[in-house]
Amino acid sequence: MEPLLQVENLTVTYETRQGPVHAVDDVSFTLYRGEILGLVGESGCGKSTLGMALLRMVRPPGHITSGKMLFLGRDLLRLPEEEMRKLRGRHISMVFQDPMTSLNPLQRIGDHIVETIRTHEPQVSKQEAWDRAAQLIQRLGISPDRLKDYPHQLSGGMRQRIMIGIGLALNADLIIADEPTTSLDVIVEAQFLDLLRELRDEFNLTMVLITHNIGVVAELADRVAVMYAGRMAEIGAVRDVFHETLHPYTKGLLASVPSIRLEDGLELETLSGAPPSLLDPPPGCRFHPRCPQAKPVCREAVPAWQEVKPGHGTACWLYDEEEA
Amino acid sequence: MTTNDRQSLVSVRNLKKYFPVGQGLLDKLFNREALAVRAVDGVDFDIYPGETLGLAGESGSGKTTTGRLVLRLLEPTDGTILFAGQDITHLPESDLRPLRRRMQPIFQDPTASLNPRMTIGQAIAHGLRIHHLAENAADERRQVLDILAKVGLTPPEQFIDKYPHQLSGGQRQRAVIARALVLRPDLVVADEPIAMADVSVRAVLLQLMRDLQKEFGLTYLFITHDLATAKYICDRIAVMYLGQIVEIGPLPQVYSNPRHPYTQALLAAVPVPDPDARRTQPLPKGEIPSPIHPPAGCRFHPRCPIAEDVCRREPPPLHPVEGEPEHLVACHLR
Repeated sequence: MEPLLQVENLTVTYETRQGPVHAVDDVSFTLYRGEILGLVGESGCGKSTLGMALLRMVRPPGHITSGKMLFLGRDLLRLPEEEMRKLRGRHISMVFQDPMTSLNPLQRIGDHIVETIRTHEPQVSKQEAWDRAAQLIQRLGISPDRLKDYPHQLSGGMRQRIMIGIGLALNADLIIADEPTTSLDVIVEAQFLDLLRELRDEFNLTMVLITHNIGVVAELADRVAVMYAGRMAEIGAVRDVFHETLHPYTKGLLASVPSIRLEDGLELETLSGAPPSLLDPPPGCRFHPRCPQAKPVCREAVPAWQEVKPGHGTACWLYDEEEA
Repeated sequence: MTTNDRQSLVSVRNLKKYFPVGQGLLDKLFNREALAVRAVDGVDFDIYPGETLGLAGESGSGKTTTGRLVLRLLEPTDGTILFAGQDITHLPESDLRPLRRRMQPIFQDPTASLNPRMTIGQAIAHGLRIHHLAENAADERRQVLDILAKVGLTPPEQFIDKYPHQLSGGQRQRAVIARALVLRPDLVVADEPIAMADVSVRAVLLQLMRDLQKEFGLTYLFITHDLATAKYICDRIAVMYLGQIVEIGPLPQVYSNPRHPYTQALLAAVPVPDPDARRTQPLPKGEIPSPIHPPAGCRFHPRCPIAEDVCRREPPPLHPVEGEPEHLVACHLR
């Protein structure tokens, strides 16, 4: 597998009146070409901030304080802003939860796509770009006539397809999708997930899928990364993480997800307590106050990353060989 | 005992709510037909004491409007609503007031439901005062502390003087639940009460609502788009599509033996938190059509994989499923 993006020890800090908050704290992971990585966690765990950091679009008072992001061999954190701007859209594209806020209400759908193409490929004529847009949205299951429509004339599902389409128009290497199906109804969501699966196979799409919806990750992702309180708790292939779960937080999270299958019963596990404030996070492992398996060492020292089996790792003292 | 033998707490028949669509001057000049969104278009159901009836459907199915009609927050266009045997369909506001105590809403966004300038204690006490349910200030405080403890905001002395912004989202929703339950209602209409919470908080709130239902003998109308969540709290479920109920029955029967093609699609579309589970059911094409001009006949027919001629012509009535007398479906072919 060819690594497309290697993130090393990335830290993103928000300067607040009460002091600095490390929303993303020393996070490392590798993204391989052609895979969909599900990035999950609850509100405030840092998953959206991490998504914005990958585009170097963290807004003040937040900023990236340290780390490396190697993309196609270059460290994105060392690129001049002008270079980074060319990369965004062309190589890395973003899809947000609410497509209505990402599309200009006064611009026709076709013009959005044409403008994106021509910004990054100025040699392409307007007509050529329009034709490409028509071909593209047909592939996404939308009639080319709709290129003349304004965003409000499309349904939520169509708008989200258009957002993916804008990324595909330039053949982006990486798409970062932050809660792309959260505003969609369940049937439209399923249609959209089917489309993403087809596109991955057809275009060898690489995607970071940021979501709180564990079911969506189970359906679509190849690998999962679980974040808790700004740190990475566990990463692995989706089957390993679901069936051979390592981190107690992942276990609690998975057990609290409702399942529609009657045979899964009516009991849900409930994690006690709430995620900590990042202004004053607990020492040691940040999950220890809620962890049913916490040991004395968990209160004192930050657990190191353990590769428990190839490709499946966690930051938890339970798996530290010297401690065990 | 079957549900038919019991006296229902809420009984809704042929309930309709049309919202007029604004007409322009030209439309009026040329006497064009007045348009209306048929948000709820002929709905029948009963809610029995102590049960949870789920109302499920996608955006625009009319589930929220139905909930607001039952609470009489909206004036019905047609049909009847009985509450505890009393016809409340067109009851004037002054006569509704004493009934309002008995039917309490819980909405999706607790932040929008709480006055930011009122402490949690004041918000809860407010209802007690309006309905004259406290003998004196000491009794009022005792009742507020009591209910705070019941919804898990403990120790209650610590929460009574807090403002909403000082609480987490989950705690705020507990406060909203406390404000509803302090009035000892019979019916709680909960519209997506846990949709905004995180996964782990959702599970906690769901458990809380189940515990409180037992303790207070509550009846719930639970409105949700999330069929997985509904499984954990609803005894019966009604599935709505374009303002009508397409299927209703005991939840285990509807989920294990869905008869309406729309219910089947909806259940199959829910992502299962298991990477080995794969959807086999094909998805219906397209999206919900406009409720201004709903399709003739069965409203689902343009998207239905098995539609026949009769489906395009005649609206299907709700009828019992063979072998499951409490399980009703509105489909010509099932």
